[in-house]
Amino acid sequence: MDTHPIDMTRSATNASAAAAVSVRGVSKNYGQVEALRDLSLDFPRGQLTSLLGPSGCGKTTLLKIIAGLLQPTEGEVEVNGKPVTGPGPDRAFVFQDFALLPWATVLRNVAFGLELRGVRISEREAIAEQYIRNVGLAGFEKSYPHELSGGMRQRVGLARALAVDSEVLLMDEPFSAVDEQTRRKFQEDLLGLVAGENKTFLFVTHSIEEAVYVSDQIAILLPRPSRVSEVIRPSGLRTRNVSDIRRDPEYLDIVDRIWASLRSYVE
Amino acid sequence: MPMSRSLVLKLLSGVIVFGAWEVAGRIPVSYAFPTFFESMAALVDMTVSGWIFEAYVETLRPLIIGLLISAFIGIALGLWVGLSNWFDWLVSPIFIVMQAAPLAALIPLLVMVYGIGLTSKVFVVCIMAMPVIVLNTAGAVRNAPTNLKEMGYSFLGTEQDIILKVIIPSASPIIFAGLRLGTSAGFIGAILSELKITPTGIGDIITYSRSIADYPSMYAAIFSIMVLAVLFLNFLERTERYFFAGNVRGYASD
Ligand SMILES: Nc1ncnc2c1ncn2[C@@H]1O[C@H](COP(=O)(O)OP(=O)(O)OP(=O)(O)O)[C@@H](O)[C@H]1O
Ligand SMILES: [Mg+2]
Repeated sequence: MDTHPIDMTRSATNASAAAAVSVRGVSKNYGQVEALRDLSLDFPRGQLTSLLGPSGCGKTTLLKIIAGLLQPTEGEVEVNGKPVTGPGPDRAFVFQDFALLPWATVLRNVAFGLELRGVRISEREAIAEQYIRNVGLAGFEKSYPHELSGGMRQRVGLARALAVDSEVLLMDEPFSAVDEQTRRKFQEDLLGLVAGENKTFLFVTHSIEEAVYVSDQIAILLPRPSRVSEVIRPSGLRTRNVSDIRRDPEYLDIVDRIWASLRSYVE
Repeated sequence: MPMSRSLVLKLLSGVIVFGAWEVAGRIPVSYAFPTFFESMAALVDMTVSGWIFEAYVETLRPLIIGLLISAFIGIALGLWVGLSNWFDWLVSPIFIVMQAAPLAALIPLLVMVYGIGLTSKVFVVCIMAMPVIVLNTAGAVRNAPTNLKEMGYSFLGTEQDIILKVIIPSASPIIFAGLRLGTSAGFIGAILSELKITPTGIGDIITYSRSIADYPSMYAAIFSIMVLAVLFLNFLERTERYFFAGNVRGYASD
């Protein structure tokens, strides 16, 4: 169990070699509301980093700044060593509120990212069908979002982000609306995805257990104005068999420790 | 069975309305108010003689030209107003005033400038139809959901993609509502122009029948234009349903 506070003195070149995404001194104000203050964090390439923190602490804000959808008030974000100025093909977003087109079928929604990239219709629909099957929505290709349950809509959003095959996946509470069984299956699938593909995952969650289960690195955020209070790397867990993780003493230990440091904010 | 039930309901409401008309005509409410069957008989006569078709050729010309202009220019202007604050500031007041203007008072002005021909009538239809189309379109575009626009940008949509694939479809229910309101107003405008500028087409049938006290023919003409308007609105609804199936059936964002 190695814990280290974020080392701000690490040299930029060194950091960008290891980190797919690095956030340096980012602050964000919405008018009077100070959402983020001087937040710095590196997201190592090929790994999954969870952002864990109380509601309203600015997790979505941070993800949108990394996505290039919001401008930070101060500071900068680099993806693969290049500063972010806007959205790019190297990043795909899974939205907390799903953001599905209500007038489009599941198939078109999942293929929408590819459609905007100008992929031919036959090709993009073939890819989309593949990912629709992967998230367990086969047979619903022709349905409209309002005909799906909340969890099913969320999976459509997930499939849409996976379909564009980006290096960096920005996932804003991607499993919040699925049932517990599906959630556990997705967590296992996610571990497989992290291990099997060289993608970098940024994963927002409210669940301490989920964060410890899936993450290579967990960043704990303080309430507004948000900074990283602690970075925890459950590195021992990543070599365990997926079905044994929840019984592992290290797993239980880390869950307890995170709870101990968060409980003071939940009075 | 909801299909056949709604059909039964429609027929039933038709029977009630026309029955009431028949009864009112028989009382009679007024000497100038014919019964339903007298009016229908007059309508059949007009149809057989072909008079009504000639009339509609006249009436539909300014109506359709005016509605097409209003729809295309109205939606285009509305998009622009909705997308640009500056253009909104410049153009919106014109249409707000136009919507509130008493049309009958403007007609003499139009006739003075454009004469008594087709142009003036097209103008009347446009003045009636365009404001609601422009204002509805602009409002809907301005209120297109931010989260969907963000989604489009994050998946690398261009400005044009976002307008065509996110903003317009999400605005379409309100744009179509504007089109429906604009169409009804356009029908009113077309008839009004025929009554106030020069009596042609259906306006001519109405004016002429009234002058010779042939009230059944007058009501037959009025009835026919109402039926036509309803059919037209139905057609618009079908078009919308065809293009934006998911929109019409409901919204995913609860
Ligand atoms: N567009 C906005 N305008 C003004 N304030 C905003 C805006 N978006 C977010 N905020 C504020 O910024 C803060 C952080 O919001 P954010 O959505 O990033 O929180 P979050 O950590 O994702 O919360 P949750 O876990 O509930 O999703 C909140 O206090 C919110 O009030
Ligand atoms: Mg959030």
